[in-house]
Amino acid sequence: MTLVIGAFTIGLILSLLSMGVWISFRILRYCDITVDGSITLGASVTAILLVKGWSPWTATLAATLAGAAAGCVTGILHTRFKIQELLAGILVMTALYSVNLRVMGRSNVPLLDVETLASPMARLITRYASNPDALNVCGWLVPIQDMAMLVTVLLVTVMAALLIRWFLLTHVGTALRATGDNPQMVRAQGVNNNTMVVFGLASANGLVGMAGALLAQYQGFADVQMGIGMMVWGLASIIIGEALAGRTTPGLALCGAIMGTVLFRLLVAIALRWGLNPNDLKLVTALFVFAALVLPDSVKSTIHQFLKRQRHA
Amino acid sequence: MLDLRQIHKTFFPGTPNEVKALCGIDLLIPEGTFTAIIGTNGSGKSTLLNAVAGAFELDQGEIRIDGRDITPWPEHRRANLIGRVFQNPFAGTAAEMTIAENIALAMRRGCRRGLGLALRRTARAEIADRVRTLNLGLENRLDNPIGTLSGGQRQALTLLMATWLRPRLLLLDEHTAALDPKSAAQVAELTLTIIRQEQLTALMVTHSMQQAVQLPERIIMMHKGRVARQYEGQEKDRVRVPDLLAAFDQVRRREHLDPAVAALLGNQYC
Repeated sequence: MTLVIGAFTIGLILSLLSMGVWISFRILRYCDITVDGSITLGASVTAILLVKGWSPWTATLAATLAGAAAGCVTGILHTRFKIQELLAGILVMTALYSVNLRVMGRSNVPLLDVETLASPMARLITRYASNPDALNVCGWLVPIQDMAMLVTVLLVTVMAALLIRWFLLTHVGTALRATGDNPQMVRAQGVNNNTMVVFGLASANGLVGMAGALLAQYQGFADVQMGIGMMVWGLASIIIGEALAGRTTPGLALCGAIMGTVLFRLLVAIALRWGLNPNDLKLVTALFVFAALVLPDSVKSTIHQFLKRQRHA
Repeated sequence: MLDLRQIHKTFFPGTPNEVKALCGIDLLIPEGTFTAIIGTNGSGKSTLLNAVAGAFELDQGEIRIDGRDITPWPEHRRANLIGRVFQNPFAGTAAEMTIAENIALAMRRGCRRGLGLALRRTARAEIADRVRTLNLGLENRLDNPIGTLSGGQRQALTLLMATWLRPRLLLLDEHTAALDPKSAAQVAELTLTIIRQEQLTALMVTHSMQQAVQLPERIIMMHKGRVARQYEGQEKDRVRVPDLLAAFDQVRRREHLDPAVAALLGNQYC
């Protein structure tokens, strides 16, 4: 049960990351690797502020803004200075590694006994629970801390998803969606597509920074290495999500991103339980994304050829 | 209305691929006129239209609309005054978004885009009403992605979007060239209807002599980045396709001669 709760919590936290990657990868059609750096940036900013005694809400907000600033830089490198999109992201990601070390002052900041976003919820549950340590969920004893974190994260993620969906249906949001689809058309309708790219990358990385903030508070530390491979994680989750919910409207796609991330996290938890070496996890994820990107087409063409041969026979 | 003065543009200057696309264009388009631009491939027709739309910076020259100098304006700012339809039927719309969302974008061309919902019920009703005037049956498919429509349907919608808010100037870049003959005729007719109804000032690049003779009030013939001939008023009303072809021939023949000789002969014979 702890395993499932843990998988759900991390899944919901990383849903914020997936929604960010979805904005850059699917809406802007921009392959933004900044994510690997900005999630760590979010985590380190939060960790250091929490250690200094800031309130968890302010710390999380600061992490979100820091992520957004990183996205802004990538966007400006690409639009203003005409650097290729992938390279712009790599430059910012590399720079962020040093920035993160500077922010934390060392490579790892533990968060022991600090107030987190989940603390108010934990107090609330404790007040109504009979047992002060653990909660009885369908016959399983779950530590209140874990339960509080899960509920908090669920609330934050759902709120974020609703907010993004609403935004994408506004006038500005519509223009943002069209920017990835057809920049020429967007310019002809009087919208500066470069501003839209910068703005979109800023909001995407803001979400990623927020995911980093929550992740640090959940796992109880921030580490300079924690962002490696995060963008591919997000991609894998989005691909699963699209298989589950489709991508016809922003609402469905966002639902899919959340469901995909949680499901992917559960699958990983199960695989680890069955004895998958954690060191192989990133290789397996990369292979999965490769397969998901390539297989649909090759399967289609195989079927097509098969049908053709049938017809000729 | 539209005033072009000494427009020059050279692409890839100083390289073997150097192209002198526009060589000193002077043009005055009066308010409310519909002008066609014709010319051979590479004569600079589309480049001229793109120059007005702001797709690139000029080497020299000045573009004015209603007396305002818009030369330094970026493309998206010029869109406040200019509506555009492109040659590629897929260029004017966002394929994965619905018909209604595409039009909602056009409803705010050049206006502030706030955080209001793009498709309120009133906007939706207005969209359905105006799409119904196209007589394509699209008013029942407003929530379909626009990518599921045919080229002709998309081009008709692009035209509607370009003129949703009355543009000061409408630019049509061979907008029927990539369509099948039937759709092309429909879109051409629609173009004329809208331009007449709204009394728009329009510039249309076309490869079809037939279209140039039938639709507009004025024809500009371009060759090698210059305006070679203009037909307007009664002369335009009399001109037929063979006349245009003959004029093309003449322009080309003159090109074979030395410029000085051409000027001399031109004075004597033309």
